[in-house]
Amino acid sequence: MSALTKTIEVETRLFLRDSATVGFGVLFPTGLLLALSAIPALREPSPETGGLRSIDVWAPTALVFGMVMIAVQHIPVVIATYRERGVLRRLSTTPAHPRTILLAQMIVAFASVVVSAALMILVAWAVLGISPPTRLLEFVVAFTVGYAALLGLGMISAAVVRTSGAANQIGTLLFVALMFFGGAFLPRVLMPDLLREAGEYIPPGLQALTAAWSPEAGEITATAGGQPFWLQIAIMAGMAVVAGGIAAKLFRWE
Amino acid sequence: MTALEVRNLHKRYGRHVAVEDVSFTVEEGEIFGVIGPNGAGKTTTVECIAGLRTPDSGAISVLGLDPIRDRAEVRERLGVQLQESGFPDAITVAEALELYSSYYRNPADWRELVELLGLADKRDTRYKALSGGQKQRLSIALALVGGPRIAILDELTTGLDPQARRDTWNLIARVRDTGVTILLVTHFMDEAERLSDRIAVIDGGRVAAVDTPAALIAQANAVQRVRFRVRQPLDGRVLTGLPDVTDVQITEGRWTVTGSGQLLSSVAGALARAQVVAEDLRVDRHGLDDAFEAFTGRAPESPEPLQKEG
Repeated sequence: MSALTKTIEVETRLFLRDSATVGFGVLFPTGLLLALSAIPALREPSPETGGLRSIDVWAPTALVFGMVMIAVQHIPVVIATYRERGVLRRLSTTPAHPRTILLAQMIVAFASVVVSAALMILVAWAVLGISPPTRLLEFVVAFTVGYAALLGLGMISAAVVRTSGAANQIGTLLFVALMFFGGAFLPRVLMPDLLREAGEYIPPGLQALTAAWSPEAGEITATAGGQPFWLQIAIMAGMAVVAGGIAAKLFRWE
Repeated sequence: MTALEVRNLHKRYGRHVAVEDVSFTVEEGEIFGVIGPNGAGKTTTVECIAGLRTPDSGAISVLGLDPIRDRAEVRERLGVQLQESGFPDAITVAEALELYSSYYRNPADWRELVELLGLADKRDTRYKALSGGQKQRLSIALALVGGPRIAILDELTTGLDPQARRDTWNLIARVRDTGVTILLVTHFMDEAERLSDRIAVIDGGRVAAVDTPAALIAQANAVQRVRFRVRQPLDGRVLTGLPDVTDVQITEGRWTVTGSGQLLSSVAGALARAQVVAEDLRVDRHGLDDAFEAFTGRAPESPEPLQKEG
């Protein structure tokens, strides 16, 4: 078996043994959506939102929760721990390059957010009657590109921190900031236009995700001055490339 | 045949010279010890051999290959057990070995290694749950899993309890018997003396001496002491007149003779000629510690007695 496939296999097992990350990153988004839907007011169709329920409009935020958790909390902490413990250094003495382990990490983490999203979309549809993404292609693109931008931020954090403790602290700060724009604390519908528009430039780009999932919900959260869908995607892609480049430039193996 | 050659190695970090001028040659099948105080340049030397650092000047040859230029080939043939290198907490012994096997073209059978290293019943134990000695044995197993011709073992018994250290020594001897050349880096004199065929003493970034442990001790002309009691009266001049003797002390009927060279046989011969029977005869055999002190001008550190966990 090649070094990369074997590394992916082992990293997958290690990921599954990390119950906190599996819980918060993969299962929590679904749980959060189900918990909020238990509040009757959020399940009432409202004439102000064109007959949509609050839960319909808010669903993409739960999705973002898992993406942010994995990309800016989990990955930087794992990589910082590997560097701190000399795992990367030890790997440098074998024929495998330490980038093998970073690549495997990113692949496993991406697979985990895909599982997290699929689970949430399925449960939202089956239990809460929230329709699956309408514009599927756009949704997949918005999800992948948005996640790449988040991962870029996470990799910058992984590149500059000295310890896993520091990675954790930066991760928490980033998490709170990103989730604010992701509408976890205040639904985007209730935000002033300025904050909503700023949110279009904040990874993973919630407006694009919402619009691709449900065009009706997207219209409600959009602002008059907002950018068109593909421009939002291009902005996220640009951020992913720039952040990835910065992270690669700053990365220290030991 | 030469397995490893280091010639006039020089490495500095900014203004700090880590390695001034280090040269030595390791023959195939040898256990070659590198000893020296902390900060002597041992680890930097090892890192240059492993290709983790580029020397500022000098040449290194690993089985005829250059660690930087022929990086890939050297890594196939050189196994490294590094100081302060770890593994993820949740990985099991078997997973770590399978994973490392996948990095090499012709890996050794890791199941055999697990037997050799006494980890067979720990195959499914996670790294975090292993004792200090088991972690070190896993680390050795991972250094050998690629089927290397040369293995570098850096400070491998630091932090182990005395029993675990002795077990590890036996293991190293067994590994050498499988035909692997071993470069053993340590600051424990007993370890180097017990295991090494030859030793390089490194101090201040230079090689102070290279020889067999016995020859190093002899070269350092280490001081010896012979102690005994006698029933019959004994004239001290019988002993002070001997060429190997430098000092004779008598305290409460106990004789202490200090000297060098063939001290014990000289003293025994003199006592026999004087027809005196020595009782409770003891020799303080001075070892590599003293030789080390003679070459570096300072005492070696003593082993840490307690095992560090975590």
